[in-house]
Parts: sequence; structure tokens; C-alpha cells
Amino acid sequence: MRSEITDALVVGGGAAGMAAAVELDQQGFSVALIEREDELGGVLLQCIHNGFGLQEFNEELTGPEYAERWIETVKKSKIQVFTSSTLTEINLLERNLKECFIYSAVHGVLRFTTRTVVLAMGCRERNRGNVLIPGTRPAGVYTAGLAQRMVNIDGYIPGKEVVIVGSGDIGLIMARRMQWVGAKVHGVVEIQPYPSGLTRNISQCLHDFDIPLYLSHVVSRIHGIDRVEAVDITPLKNGVPDQSRTFRQKCDTLLLSVGLIPENELSKQVGIELNPLTGGPMVDSMLMSNIEGVFAAGNVLHVHDLVDFVSAEARLAGQKAGAYLRGWRPKLEVQVKPGANVKYVNPTKVDPTGQSEIFLRPLIVSNHVSLTLSLDGTVIKRQKKAHVQPSEMIRIKVNSKIFDQHTLKGDTKIVVGLEEMD
Amino acid sequence: MPDQEQNQQYDVTVIGAGVVGASIARRLSAYQLRVALVEKEADVSFGTSKANSGIIHGGFHHEGSYLKTKLELQGNMMFDQLQRELHFPFKRCGILVAAMNEEELKAIQFLYHRGRENGSAGIELCSRERTLELEPKLSPDVVGGLYAPIGGIIEPYRFVFSLVESALRNGVELYRDFQVSRVERDGADDFYRIFDRQDRKILSRYVVNAAGLYADEVSQLFGAEEFQITPRKGEYYLLDRMTQACPSKVLFPVPNQVSKGMLVIPTVEGTVLVGPTAEEIRDKEDLSTSREKLDSIFDSARRMVPKVSTRDVITSFSGLRPVLEGDDFYIEVSKKAPRLIQAAGIQSPGLTAAPAIGEYVKDLLKKAGLPLQEKPDYQAEVPRVPRVRDRRPFDVDDLVRRNPAYGNIVCRCEEVSEAEIIEAIRRGHRTLDGIKFFTRSGMGRCQGGFCTAKIIEIIMRETGLPYHEISKRGKESRVFWRSL
Ligand SMILES: Cc1cc2nc3c(=O)[nH]c(=O)nc-3n(C[C@H](O)[C@H](O)[C@H](O)COP(=O)(O)OP(=O)(O)OC[C@H]3O[C@@H](n4cnc5c(N)ncnc54)[C@H](O)[C@@H]3O)c2cc1C
Ligand SMILES: Cc1cc2nc3c(=O)[nH]c(=O)nc-3n(C[C@H](O)[C@H](O)[C@H](O)COP(=O)(O)OP(=O)(O)OC[C@H]3O[C@@H](n4cnc5c(N)ncnc54)[C@H](O)[C@@H]3O)c2cc1C
Repeated sequence: MRSEITDALVVGGGAAGMAAAVELDQQGFSVALIEREDELGGVLLQCIHNGFGLQEFNEELTGPEYAERWIETVKKSKIQVFTSSTLTEINLLERNLKECFIYSAVHGVLRFTTRTVVLAMGCRERNRGNVLIPGTRPAGVYTAGLAQRMVNIDGYIPGKEVVIVGSGDIGLIMARRMQWVGAKVHGVVEIQPYPSGLTRNISQCLHDFDIPLYLSHVVSRIHGIDRVEAVDITPLKNGVPDQSRTFRQKCDTLLLSVGLIPENELSKQVGIELNPLTGGPMVDSMLMSNIEGVFAAGNVLHVHDLVDFVSAEARLAGQKAGAYLRGWRPKLEVQVKPGANVKYVNPTKVDPTGQSEIFLRPLIVSNHVSLTLSLDGTVIKRQKKAHVQPSEMIRIKVNSKIFDQHTLKGDTKIVVGLEEMD
Repeated sequence: MPDQEQNQQYDVTVIGAGVVGASIARRLSAYQLRVALVEKEADVSFGTSKANSGIIHGGFHHEGSYLKTKLELQGNMMFDQLQRELHFPFKRCGILVAAMNEEELKAIQFLYHRGRENGSAGIELCSRERTLELEPKLSPDVVGGLYAPIGGIIEPYRFVFSLVESALRNGVELYRDFQVSRVERDGADDFYRIFDRQDRKILSRYVVNAAGLYADEVSQLFGAEEFQITPRKGEYYLLDRMTQACPSKVLFPVPNQVSKGMLVIPTVEGTVLVGPTAEEIRDKEDLSTSREKLDSIFDSARRMVPKVSTRDVITSFSGLRPVLEGDDFYIEVSKKAPRLIQAAGIQSPGLTAAPAIGEYVKDLLKKAGLPLQEKPDYQAEVPRVPRVRDRRPFDVDDLVRRNPAYGNIVCRCEEVSEAEIIEAIRRGHRTLDGIKFFTRSGMGRCQGGFCTAKIIEIIMRETGLPYHEISKRGKESRVFWRSL
């Protein structure tokens, strides 16, 4: 078994992993970047639509183009890249060292000893079992991301008469994609009274193709023995299915776009404390977990809708991992908590002496809200927001100046809320 | 007899490759016989044998006068040796029946005496303390228990796969996608002519009807006894390995007038099953699951194990018990059709009893005139498939040196390597479900979201099958519509 030593090991070579690795490399640390697939890029490689990179590169790129820019940078660096290599296990050793096992057909089993680990494994899709759709179990039921991969990477179209469950972005983008390749999409069924994808995707992927969007509806049953033959669609009345108004839609394919969850198997295996609100690791102002020297960024930390935010977050994780390697620690941290109408905030701690960025996920759809930051009960910052909805994450920058006039203690709390205005 | 019929001539044909047919075929493979095993589905174990509780029962549920009770206990005792030969996942973890009140205590005393009479070795009546010591995951409200240490758990489809593999290694011939649909017998010779739906034909002197839910229809095709099999559906929920609710023993509630109650069953692979329900239905293909009963199922299970939670559900499924009037197994030489053995009505504990049924049917065949002569070169053991999941990194390194495909992890949730997928394909499993049952790829928490595309690629590469023949489980269950 081959053994290696490195300053930093990054798990996952998607947008997050590449940005963290590049940052660490630029700071002069030795970095190993581990990617299970044959190529770097992660989920970007199957997103052949436009809409990536407006913030990072000031232009609209496709997913593969966005990935390519980063891959070029990685290639020019001294980062040791291991593709087709799966990290299967992390063990904690003495003196905060970590032992990582990596399985690969080329190298056999690799054993890495490292001082820091950046987790960047991305997320996975929730599936039929998670939402418990009753009925038969025929072929033709796929998660939208799997269907996306089948069409965009493998070149096979999974079906021709399609119903989509869930109006998340992947579902919406797949609705358009399926129309483009000659299939007919009979509708997108969403349990919430509002769509869960970006507004621009509703208009570009559904309206432009006259695909009906059934809000406050559920798919209540799947029919068909060998292959899907139809689904039952039921409207909700006061939040419960109104069976009397169930109708049947013929189709041969059901795509599920019912949410993403951080890929946290490894995190759990090493004993990282998870945030029940995000499903990812609980991290401090350095994006470090409760385990010394283990950082996280990107979809493994919390599910993002914009890759530019992923890159920015991962760059920060890389910076902080570098600082950690040089022995730096924040002197003081204040806690950040979600307030009114906010599902979660990330990270859950900030360093009041530096610039910080906080991501938050709204719980409401509204065109008139004000975002408030309060410190131990006093509002210290207020900002109007033209439009918020759960599918669009909000990023706020917090300047150290706003803390100036306050005496900060260890138990100081910042609460981030969204106040609805009439 | 025309020449070309010679090579489709068999001494015995076993109809149905579930656990019963597979056990019979394997037992017969020890003798100098030409044996065919025919199955209507694309793979073996795609019927009732794939969807059940996977419990090796402990011999206290039914009265000793039933044939099924005798075979259950005999079968139970055969599993240790079978595992040594066939390497399927099996654990004698014991069965615990939990009494939650005084009335239920009386019921388990009754079961205890029945178990003792039947010969359930080591069966024990337990105090509250002893019960909780045996299973700390039980609710503190438990008042006592019945413990059957001979009970256990297996992965039923892996058991069937290994039985069939063993049979094939010893010369049995397997016909997949062969639905027996027509039977002819010419009075002049001793052969049945058995046709499938495409008019493929085999000839056989003896026949065993092990067709599960369809044993009644197969019996009719042979002009044999008339009986009716009614499907009784059982629904399950499967909980993720990360659940806090995983017990170390199979946990049974005490059935009462209102409900049979739900079991909490650990699987050999570390997941947990909650179920099954029991509902008489008409359609033998109706494996649909419902949602209405979700709450009551979980309420019932939580009464025993408070940590059971719907949040841990990764999938649900159902299985159909082939129920025959009288509730016992019907295993006899047909009185109407010569040289036909009926093995019907094999509901629970059919999995447990299967190895003993193999023995029993072999004896019936002998009684019906089949000469049995042992094969000198019979091989009881099948080679083990190394699995990455069961190994430490150091051993995996060794595996990869011998076969690099072991280093390529295809299914991340269950840690299945490309080498294991290839092995499944080489052993004849070419559908997504077949590969899933053989390797566990796609059975974990992501349910195939990541690995399905890769597995399809490997199937196409290894078999040369075009994309439109890739299917979930054969027949019309195609995965793709067309290529770009
Ligand atoms: C379908 C879809 C459409 C999107 N559309 C847009 C859009 O239009 N515009 C936009 O800005 N953003 C979009 N996004 C969001 C953004 O692209 C993603 O959030 C971002 O690319 C995620 O990057 P990541 O590095 O966190 O995760 P990933 O890209 O998922 O990368 C994780 C990587 O880790 C690897 N990995 C995981 N575990 C291991 C292990 N144990 N060992 C080795 N490797 C491992 C995986 O193979 C993967 O390559 C979209 C996201 C999705 C899913
Ligand atoms: C919900 C449930 C829970 C159970 N739990 C347990 C348990 O915990 N322990 C236990 O011991 N037992 C249990 N059982 C019982 C056990 O699963 C069955 O007794 C056993 O699987 C029956 O095996 P079989 O081979 O007879 O039937 P099957 O597995 O159904 O096999 C019959 C085969 O015949 C094939 N076939 C049918 N018609 C034709 C035809 N015309 N031509 C060719 N092939 C044909 C079918 O496709 C099928 O593969 C349970 C059953 C159910 C439903």
C-alpha cells in the first residue's frame, strides 16, 4: 500500500474542491485533490445549459465551460490530482493528523496522512423512497439529475411522455431538455403553493414550452408493471390531498426533482457534528467543523443554487485552512442564528474582527421584505430586499465596523431575520 | 422421438426458480440426472423469494401437526452448513417476542410450550430484565419475552442466487424468460412436452411444480389437481443503516385480535425492515405500495422500539404470500398427473423450510419412481465473491493488485466495486435489479441515483447488449426510449 504525506487533502473535485485546492496551493501548501470520477468538474459537467459564472468571470458560461476554467487553473498549479479515486475512510490520529484511505484502480489503495482535510463531496438527490410515492415499482422512475446525466453525458433519452415531480431547478431544466430532445412533458407537479426553482427557470423552461405547472398538487400513485404507464395527480386542499379531484396522467417516465441533501456519509463517519437545518457539517467562522483541521465548502456544507457562491465559499475555506496550517485562530467568535422567516444561516459563527460573509436561506416568498441583523436584541443593520424566495439563497457581507460600538462577549449572538413589510 | 428433441430432454424439470425451486434443483444436482430449472422472469428469485422478511424462523409459531412446522425446523438446522458451502449472508441472531402487558405474557407462555413441543432448541421464557438485556432497543414498557436463539436472518435473494449457482455448477440447466404456458403429453412415451410463450420447448419425464403464486395455473396446465392460490400482500419499509432503531435480534410483537402487529427486523447488511402488513388481494402482479397505512405501521413498531422513525425510510416494497386453503404447505405426488410433484402453498416459513423441502421433494421423486444415483464429482461449494465492503483497506490493496477493477468504486452508498458488478454479469445477472440483488449496488440510501448510469455502461460493455435492451428486470421494463 502506497503511503503519502500532505499539508492538505481535498475530497471532491467539483467547483468547491477545485477552488479550495487552488487557494491552498497558492498559499504554498502541498495539496492532494481526490475525485471519484474520471474527470474534475463534478455536477457542472452535466449542466450544459447557460447561467454559470456571472459573478466569478463576469460572463454567462455553461457548466462544462465554467469547470474548464477551473481545471485549467488546477493544471497550472502544483496540486496533486487523483481522478478515478474514491476516498472511503478518514481516521483521526494523534496531534490532529488525519489518515485517509483512497481506492483507485490505478494506484490500488492509497494512504494519505494530512494535517487538514477540506470536505467538498457535493450533494445527492432525494429519491422516491424519501418522498414515499405509493404505487407500483416499474422502470421509468428516475431522479432528475440521473436523467440529466443519461441525456447530457451518456446520450440516451430515458422516455418520451414525461411527468416531473418537484419544481426544483434540476426538474425545470430537465423539462426543457426533454422537450428539446423530442419528448413531451405533460406537467410539473409541486406540493408547495409556490415553485421551488428560480423564477427565470419557470419562465424559460416551462412557460416557453406551455408546460403546465401544478402548484399545491402531489403525484399520489404510480401505475404500470414493467414500465410506468400513468400517474395519479391529486390537488391539495388545506394542505391535504383531495382524493375526489384526483386525475390520471398517462406517461412512461416520472422524473423526481424533490430536493438535494449534502453528501454526509464521510462527515458522519469521522464524527462531525451536523447542522439539522442544512444537513451538512456545523462550521465556525473558519468553515471548520467540530473536528480540528476538517473544513467543508460547497454543496456538502449546504445546498447552493449558484456555482459562483460555491467557488467563493470554497476559496474562503481554502484561505482559512491555510491560516489554520500557519497556526492562526480567531480570537473571538460570535454566534449567528436564523431569525424570523429564515430557514438557516451558514456559517453559524463569525469573526467580528474581519470581513465575513453569511449565506441564508429564506422561508418565505415575498416582494417586500427587509433583512435585519440584530446583535443581542438591537438591530444593527437593515437592508431592503426586492424579492426573496426559498430557492434563492441570500448572501450578506458583514463588515467588522458594525461591531465597533458594541462590547462583544463570548456569548454575543447575531440574529438574521427577514421582516415582511406591507 | 425426433433427433433434435434429444438435447432438450430432461429427467426432471423444476418449474419456478424461487427459493423452493432453487433448493430442489440444487438437491437434485447431486445425482446423475439431467435437470432443467425454468423461470418465467428474466432472473431467478424475482418472485416472492425476493420480497419477504428474510427470517429463519424458530419453530414456535405453528402447531407441530403441520407439515410446514416439521420442515421449518428441519430447514432451520440446515443453514449453517449451507452457509459454509454457499457464502450467502446469514446470521443466527435469535428471535425475541416482546410482551407489552399481562395478557401478552400469557400468549408467549403458550408459544413457549408450543416451541418446546416442536423442538425449538434453547427456547427461553424471559423476565423483563432478561428481555431488556437481550435487546436494549426495546421499549422499557416491555413486561417479558420469549427468546428463540435458533432464529436468524438471511438475505433471501442472495441465498437463492447461490443455490442456483451451485445447481448450475453441478450441471442443472437454467432457462430464464421461460414461462410455462402449454403442456402436451403423448400417451406413447413418458415425456411431458413443455412450451413457453414463444413456443420454446423442453421435454421432461418428471416435473416439479414450484411456481409460487402461479402453482394453481401450472397444475391446471398439467391436468392435475384443482386448487386456488390467493395472494396476501405484505408491505414493508426499509430503514437506513444510520437509524438508531436497529435491534440485534428479530423482534416480534404478540399478535392480538385487533392487529397482527409489526415486526422490527435487522438485516444482515445493517439496515432495518419494518412490516409486514397482511392484506388479501386479487391481482398476483400487484406489488404496489400504499401510504395510508404508514402511520399505523410505524405506531405499531414504535410500541416495541421507540426509536423507529419515518425519517430513516429509504424505500418501501411489498411481497405476496401464496396462500392456499388450509394454510399448510401442499407437497405431494400428484394423484392425477403422473410423475408430477406439487410444491404449492409455500407461504411463510417457506424460506426457512426451503432446504428441507428440497430433501422432501427428492424423496417424493424417488417414491414416484425416479432412480437416484449420486454423482461422484458433485461440488457442494461455490467460490466466494470478494466484496470490498467487507474488507479493510490493506486487503483491498491486495484485491486491486490482482484485479484493478476492485479499486473502482461504482456504488458509493454500499461501497460496491466494478469487479463485483462484472462478476454479477458473468454469473448471468444482466438486469439492473438482478445486479442490484447480487451486489447491493443501488440498494443504499441514494437508491441508484449515482451508480445506475455507470452500471448500465458496464452491462453494455460486458455483454455487448444495445442500449434498448437494458432493462430494470427484463420483459418490457426498458430503461431508455432512444439515443440522442
Ligand atoms: C442539476 C444542477 C443544475 C445547476 N444549475 C446551476 C446554474 O444554472 N447556475 C449556477 O450558478 N449553479 C447551478 N447549480 C449549482 C452549482 O453548479 C453546484 O451547486 C456546484 O457546482 C456544486 O459544486 P460542489 O463542488 O459543491 O459539488 P459537486 O459538483 O457535486 O462536486 C462534488 C465532487 O465530489 C466528488 N466526490 C464525492 N465524494 C467523493 C469521495 N468520497 N471521494 C472522491 N470524490 C468524491 C464527486 O464525484 C463530485 O465530483 C446547479 C446544480 C445542479 C445540481
Ligand atoms: C410478506 C412475506 C413475508 C415472508 N416472510 C418470511 C420469513 O420471514 N421467513 C420465511 O421463512 N418465509 C417467509 N415468507 C415466505 C417465503 O418468502 C416464501 O415461502 C418463499 O419465498 C416461496 O418461495 P417459492 O419458490 O415457492 O415462490 P417464488 O419465489 O414466488 O417462486 C416461484 C417462481 O415461479 C415462477 N413461475 C411462476 N409461474 C411460472 C411459469 N408458468 N413458468 C415458469 N416460471 C413460473 C415465478 O416467476 C417465481 O419466480 C414470507 C412471504 C411473504 C410474502
